[in-house]
Amino acid sequence: MPAVTETIETIDRLTDGGYKYGFETNIEMEFAPKGLSEDIVRLISAKKDEPEWLLEWRLKSYRAWLTMQEPNWARVRHPRIDYQDLYYYAAPKREAPKSLADVDPELISMYDKLGIPLNERAALAGVAVDAVFDSVSVATTFRESLAKVGVIFGSISEAVREHPELVRKYLGSVVSPGDNYFSALNSAVFSDGSFVYIPRGVRCPMELSTYFRINARNTGQFERTLIIAEEGASVSYLEGCTAPMRDENQLHAAVVELVALDEASIKYSTVQNWYPGDAQGRGGIYNFVTKRGACRGRKSKISWTQVETGSAITWKYPSCILQGEGSSGEFYSVALTNNYQQADTGTKMIHLAPNTTSTIISKGISAGHSNNTYRGLVRIMPKAHGARNFTQCDSLLIGDQCGAHTVPYIESRNQSAKVEHEATTSKIADDQLFYCRSRGLSEEDAVGLLVNGFCRDVLKELPMEFAVEAQKLLAVSLEGSVG
Amino acid sequence: MSETAFLDRVDFAARTGEDPNRGRAAEVFRAHGWPTRADEAWHYTDLRASLRSFDLTLPTHDAPDIGGMIPRTATPKVIFVNGRFDESLSALPHFVRRFDHRAAARADRALPLVSLNAAVANDGIQIDVSGGTDAGTLFLISGTDTPSQDMLAPFHRIAVGAGGSLTLIEVIRGAGRYMHNVVVEIALAEGAVLRHYRLQDESIDAVNVTTALVDLREGARYEAFTLNCGAKLSRYEAHVTLSGPNADVHLNAAQLLAGTQHGDITTVVAHRAPHCASRQTVKSVLAGSARGVFQGRIEVAQQAQKTDGYQMNQALLLSPDAEIDTKPELEIFADDVKCSHGATIGAIDPEQMFYLRSRGIPEADARAMLIRAFLDEALEPVTDEEARSIFEAAIDVWWQKGVL
Repeated sequence: MPAVTETIETIDRLTDGGYKYGFETNIEMEFAPKGLSEDIVRLISAKKDEPEWLLEWRLKSYRAWLTMQEPNWARVRHPRIDYQDLYYYAAPKREAPKSLADVDPELISMYDKLGIPLNERAALAGVAVDAVFDSVSVATTFRESLAKVGVIFGSISEAVREHPELVRKYLGSVVSPGDNYFSALNSAVFSDGSFVYIPRGVRCPMELSTYFRINARNTGQFERTLIIAEEGASVSYLEGCTAPMRDENQLHAAVVELVALDEASIKYSTVQNWYPGDAQGRGGIYNFVTKRGACRGRKSKISWTQVETGSAITWKYPSCILQGEGSSGEFYSVALTNNYQQADTGTKMIHLAPNTTSTIISKGISAGHSNNTYRGLVRIMPKAHGARNFTQCDSLLIGDQCGAHTVPYIESRNQSAKVEHEATTSKIADDQLFYCRSRGLSEEDAVGLLVNGFCRDVLKELPMEFAVEAQKLLAVSLEGSVG
Repeated sequence: MSETAFLDRVDFAARTGEDPNRGRAAEVFRAHGWPTRADEAWHYTDLRASLRSFDLTLPTHDAPDIGGMIPRTATPKVIFVNGRFDESLSALPHFVRRFDHRAAARADRALPLVSLNAAVANDGIQIDVSGGTDAGTLFLISGTDTPSQDMLAPFHRIAVGAGGSLTLIEVIRGAGRYMHNVVVEIALAEGAVLRHYRLQDESIDAVNVTTALVDLREGARYEAFTLNCGAKLSRYEAHVTLSGPNADVHLNAAQLLAGTQHGDITTVVAHRAPHCASRQTVKSVLAGSARGVFQGRIEVAQQAQKTDGYQMNQALLLSPDAEIDTKPELEIFADDVKCSHGATIGAIDPEQMFYLRSRGIPEADARAMLIRAFLDEALEPVTDEEARSIFEAAIDVWWQKGVL
């Protein structure tokens, strides 16, 4: 490589190259007026041509939201959010595309830049993708081959039109609109998101993936994802997120609901890489997300895996409600914060039925001036005979200006249940660092390697393509924190 | 009862006349009221609800005979009867004097019960162990037997000078229906050592809330063990601050609860200086429909590099209706530290039970043996033989009550 190019690349990498998804795409957008009111809720519903029941549901949620207070128990600080200063609806102006050929080339090239395979070469990747751009689902690939086995995969707006009975039955059944402040807000104004239905006994033939992109300025993104796995079905679902670099903060308040029936299994993986703000803590996404799965059936299983490197503030607790006998929940998480990022994330495992099991592995890495909190709840209810939980939370501190916190709540009301929890906090061991450095690795590479080792238990749970991306992401996110 | 009813009954105006600090403390408490579950620090213990059936007053009665509550070996000793110092029963060494409670008043917005104590405290002792001396063993015994529903609010201050040492054995017993709201302030100077053993075996109808505020200077050592087996509702809250380097704290506790007892052990260990170590082992044994709570936070400030913090809490559930809620917390702002906590919850291991039974040990004995073994680790810092025998006797009495 010519020296000049190399120098430019190095400088790029050392300056703002850290967030390579920070570009903005010029696409004609349609906005609803700023602010939130019943009229806006009606407008969103009308734009999407929704049935009456859904409008009513949204309005009910909106009214519930008005009576609620923004939660303040998380260890995060931010200026008051002005909910009237946001756009609640933004969509690309063109008509909904019928096939990929109709998709705005500008959009396709954006997803290419992001490395998301929207067009036919996706065949090689073998992943079906639903791309959500600001508030609207813009393209879903592989729909036909999925339909052959009965899998429904597409935007939730389509699902409302084409499978209203399923949506009506399950929407809000795991995260009710009144569950919390942000879920109420989402239920009122959600614009799009993914819908997945795996029929009885079907093993979804490929990985399903949604790519979320916030592009427009001053918009909040409120997507809603609903995944239903019928008896004996199984599916692996991936979610990725990016946003442009901006000085102001943007709000992202999504809701994800998973329903697993008898012997069904759902694996939900997230690589969250929303724009984290710059090195001085300006800008970045406020990521206030409610994710919850209900293991309704016997021996059902829900597994959450998340790699959280983005967002100025993360407020997120993917949870499992273990209702079915012998059902199991898993939570694997890596949360990395650098500069002035704040993360308050963890999980809830609610054991309701006998012989339910849950595993929590959480790895937190704090660098720069950031604060990283694990907050989790394990609750064993009286009927959960023989329930079992194992929790491990490890924190790693890089630098002496950051904070690492662990706040687990453990409640057991069943004698026969067994709960184990362990947590550690430490820095990168000097001898390990020395070992790598003496073998010629730069300090930054050595730290990257050791951090990847620290996260291994979680990264190995990710589907392969994501694992590679996640490893790179960890290294990139740590840039500037060492030395 | 509501706090207003109680507060109105306490003639704060008259007390404010005694000392302006009391009035201030009363205001701070009045502004907050009894803690409820809405206070994060009281998430698992609803004090307001459990005091609802109480008709609290401040004590006015004559001292009952509490002779039976005093361990025979105890000497020298400080005896409190119904929350008041009893000179005739006590045998005071030279370093202990009755405390002028007015100097104690200290309001704390974050600790409503400390504010309440400051507002109404009416007795207490001051222990001053001078530097470089070993003051031996001192008993601090509290016996309560009251016909009315009193709130007893003693305040004690303990200071050990540089290089001095003391073993303090506290025994708290009682009969009747009352509330104890105790505050103990402990200051350990450079290199001072305090071994602090405490048995809380209050009346089964009583409420005991005890707050210990401990400060350690450079090289000081605090070895503590508290056993809670009495009271309808108890809360032992220890705030230990390591403010000098190389200080060392061993903060162990155990609770044995049965029936409808509610026991809460809450600790905050704040590392504010480098090279300090903290060790905590907390065990709960829960029978009947008892509810145990453990909340333990280790805080490490940015300057507290090389901190070594360890905390373990374990609960044994002996019955289907028992409940344990634990919240071990780490709050860390320094990078060169080693901190960990662990928690386990479960029943008696059937395999261990089988092992003992197959060797001919009757079931009840086998259970007792396993529970004793479970508690042993927490008792480890109790090196004083007298203290140990008091704890072991209390544990024996506990299962003779037929809880197993």
